[in-house]
Amino acid sequence: MKRIYTLEDACIGCHLCEVACITEHSLSKDPVKAFLHEQVRPISRCTVEEAEGGIISLSTTCRHCDEPDCLRACISGAIQKNDQGVVRIDTEQCVGCWSCVMACPYGAVQRNTAKKKANKCDLCPDRKGPACVDACPNRALVFKEGIQK
Amino acid sequence: MNYVIIGNSVAAVGAVRAIRDVDQDGNITVISRERHVAYGRPLISYLLGGLISEKRMAYLPEDFYDKHRINLLLNSEVVGVDSKKRQVKLAAGDTVAYDRLLIATGGDPFVPPIEGLAGKEKIFTFTTWDDAAKLKAIAHDIEHAVVIGGGLIGLKAAEGLHLLGKKVTIVELADRILSAAFDRPAGRIVAKKMKLNGIDVITEETVVKIEGDGSAISGVVLKSGDYLPCDTVIVAIGVRPAASFLKGSGIDVNRGVVVDGCMETSVKGVFAAGDVAEARDFFSDTKNPLPIWPDAYIQGDIAGTAMAGKQKEYAGGLSMNSIEFFKVSTISMGVTNPQNPAEFEILTYQDLESYSYRKIVVKDNRLVGAVLVGNVERAGIFAGLIREQIDVTPFKEHLLAPGFGIIHLPKELRSALFAPFGKAA
Repeated sequence: MKRIYTLEDACIGCHLCEVACITEHSLSKDPVKAFLHEQVRPISRCTVEEAEGGIISLSTTCRHCDEPDCLRACISGAIQKNDQGVVRIDTEQCVGCWSCVMACPYGAVQRNTAKKKANKCDLCPDRKGPACVDACPNRALVFKEGIQK
Repeated sequence: MNYVIIGNSVAAVGAVRAIRDVDQDGNITVISRERHVAYGRPLISYLLGGLISEKRMAYLPEDFYDKHRINLLLNSEVVGVDSKKRQVKLAAGDTVAYDRLLIATGGDPFVPPIEGLAGKEKIFTFTTWDDAAKLKAIAHDIEHAVVIGGGLIGLKAAEGLHLLGKKVTIVELADRILSAAFDRPAGRIVAKKMKLNGIDVITEETVVKIEGDGSAISGVVLKSGDYLPCDTVIVAIGVRPAASFLKGSGIDVNRGVVVDGCMETSVKGVFAAGDVAEARDFFSDTKNPLPIWPDAYIQGDIAGTAMAGKQKEYAGGLSMNSIEFFKVSTISMGVTNPQNPAEFEILTYQDLESYSYRKIVVKDNRLVGAVLVGNVERAGIFAGLIREQIDVTPFKEHLLAPGFGIIHLPKELRSALFAPFGKAA
């Protein structure tokens, strides 16, 4: 299956992937409206990490593992892997126990503490490709077939 | 091929998926003594407390049993296994034949003999949906409950009852609650928060007698001689592997059903997984029952794979818990409270005012345990470092930082985790 990969040498630490992710998962799908008017704004499902004052940076996101540790740890069954291999969280079913946060070795599940719901990359089901990849100005994010454990 | 699985919780689900990954044609029969399809067992406290409805108890998509072509026998208790004839015997008298058998019966709550316990009506254990339902049904009749045991089950029961507005007192034998998962500071932080919210926690104490006339409870007597008035008692001392039905089967049972690295028992073709199994520990060759949800899934997966004729090796049980009480999140994993601290390098950070605490346990430059209270963001990165036995020397100084992340790992590791395969710099 296609997954999102990071070429960290090309990452300029601009955080546009996070903006695109928040926008795509907002109600209005407009960054300004989402920021100004939406009461519970989504949180980004990708995380740009920086070190050494920004000299190194990379965007980390869900690997959609073949054997997802998050799914195995999920106590409510909210996390399921679909027939295409995409690992998604059913937000209704999630009880906010953070077992997935405890289990994911990639640190790719976020806590939405305001909603008490776990949050993770869903590979943007309403789009052709993930919003973060399309938004990356230096093509540090790629969406392609690869090998995952 | 006839696969028979005794039990219908997370280990069974892991096994079913693994079997169907390999074998599309074999017959799978799942036998459960409970009347429900697989449910999120740890959610029973949420159900009791009214945080979720019964509808949300279902652990699996509705089509799971059909899609995986499972013959599901609910309300059926297995009373014996004949490993010579390769069949299991049901309480109703009939038998089910198997080629491969998985024992995934979980645990039974342990109720010790306490003076005055026999014949009392409002004594409960708290490990099943029906336990929660029973408690909920008589909730209007509860004013003050005493919970014996401050482990995960006891705390969960206490939380559920507290949400219903009941007065709750937890009585714990150890010097802190959650002594299996927590160290002293973490146990104290959570206990403090519970007390502030009206749940009483009494440590280094135990209930020696239950008092009351006839079937009613009027209170409990503690070891110190103190008397606690109450009308309901929850016994949450622990669970024991539910393996008593295996007596005479020839299957080796120690504390749990003893299994090898493929979850196979001493009898060929018979496997065990989950809380009932006694499998290898991650850090040593000793075998222990490990009642941990994610581990039960992993064991089920390994057992199912082996049952269907392929092989995966179990890396060993790694204890981990994510628990939140009164908005204080806690995650703990691995070795949290080493017996001989001199052999370990222990890093800690604490700010008790803001209920935040972090402890990292390192041995021979490998991470072996972590306790996080408050900021539990990305805790799984620690789990990954433990499982992969990564040398933490190059980034040890960052381990305690709240912003610790992938970026602090060596570049080869970051690339291995996130760069496209083969293209990693």
